[in-house]
Amino acid sequence: MSELKRTPLFSAYEKYGAKTIDFGGWDLPVQFTGIKHEHEATRTKAGLFDVSHMGEITVKGPKSLDFLQKMVTNDVGKLTPNRAQYTLMCYEDGGTVDDFLIYMLDEDDYLLVVNAANTDKDYQWLVSHNTFSDSEITIENVSNEIVQLALQGPYAEEILQTVTETDLSDIRFFRFQQAVQLGQLNDIALVSRTGYTGEDGFEIYISAKSGIALWELILQAGKNKGLEPIGLGARDTLRFEANLPLYGQEISKEISPIEAGLSFAVKVNKQADFIGKQALRYQVENGVERKLVGIEMVDKGIPRTGYEIYHNDDYAGFVTSGTQAPTLQKNIGLALIRTELANEGVELTVQVRKRKLLAKVVKTPFYKREK
Amino acid sequence: MSVPKELLYSKEHEWVKKEDGKVRIGITDFAQDELGDIVFVELPEPGDELEVNEPFGSVESVKTVSELYAPISGKVIEVNEELEDSPEFVNESPYEKAWMVVIEPSEETELDDLLSADAYDEIVNQD
Repeated sequence: MSELKRTPLFSAYEKYGAKTIDFGGWDLPVQFTGIKHEHEATRTKAGLFDVSHMGEITVKGPKSLDFLQKMVTNDVGKLTPNRAQYTLMCYEDGGTVDDFLIYMLDEDDYLLVVNAANTDKDYQWLVSHNTFSDSEITIENVSNEIVQLALQGPYAEEILQTVTETDLSDIRFFRFQQAVQLGQLNDIALVSRTGYTGEDGFEIYISAKSGIALWELILQAGKNKGLEPIGLGARDTLRFEANLPLYGQEISKEISPIEAGLSFAVKVNKQADFIGKQALRYQVENGVERKLVGIEMVDKGIPRTGYEIYHNDDYAGFVTSGTQAPTLQKNIGLALIRTELANEGVELTVQVRKRKLLAKVVKTPFYKREK
Repeated sequence: MSVPKELLYSKEHEWVKKEDGKVRIGITDFAQDELGDIVFVELPEPGDELEVNEPFGSVESVKTVSELYAPISGKVIEVNEELEDSPEFVNESPYEKAWMVVIEPSEETELDDLLSADAYDEIVNQD
């Protein structure tokens, strides 16, 4: 077994009581005090997450827009500097290579923030489809140079504002600012109003060498507001309640973004001929055979990733994610099922170990914050 | 991690308490701490037969499902119904409020294969 990778913050976890696990080859904190407690802290106050395992890939040069338009499903041409966009990258057949954010730093200068486990695959995929010359485009994997922290929750802005002169209320959802000075740190940061929890908050990028200082600075600043360090366990339950997809579960090589209900990020009518366009347009125009829905258990039991779903004893699909949702106190799941069954109220059974337990299709997202 | 002296233990982190001819079973403090917040406990019905080292139920935390393995064979005569509504007892009181089943052992000699408190303590509390 190869050694687990660690983020630059690893040494800082210990004093906060982190319990770490192998997460796709990374030794990361699954929890600090407990998943339910951390989940609630983020929903009601604020949470700080080390998400430095995420990959960062830069795409620069005069042909970068043309290239990205060919590679991804969203319309990158809609971006202007200091705006971010959620997009997917697909295979020819419409299956998903990855989902990520594209940050437009400047004209001809983009930053892609990709899933940790997909970083090398994405980089190879991008490089192997690049037909431009070195003077036209450069693609670089800069993941090891960057620390990413996520500060999420209703007090996120108030907390971060105490350590910066930059007016954070100016940074609206899916916008960001570069060169933000936080406290007395030696490096400047990129601060973006984005996240993966369903709460308001920020994702902050800084040079790896300032990572620990940034972590301590924010935790200190948020102490009397109830800010706590949060592990990946709660990150997963938070994103799940907010219906944010996880690569490998809701989307994958076998699951297209249209099936996963992400058509808002798939612009089949954009001019550029992107990889997967034909297959995805066909899916949009003719419908798909299966769809991602929310399910709630009627019988006692918890749906889990991979559990099979039946309708009148016929196979109907499978659970992509499921748990007992901490905020909602319900046993719920996301499931990919046959389209004709994907209507609210339809009764299904979930195979939980030896038993088939009753569930019904419900509306998503399960959780939406009050604005 | 707490390891009460008067109990016996399995390598699968169940505890066993002898009570005149019957045994009471639950999971250890170490097990509940490893699992994290317990949100669901699935137990057998009274009358079910358990077979040593075979799964007889499951404990679910927010994140994972773990099977319960019978530390000893026998017939279930009592089940802790309270855990259905209060699975958090497993975290709060693994040796008292969160006992899971009481069984009538069919092979008393199987008790000899279980670990003493000292032996179990060595497994879970070594650094």
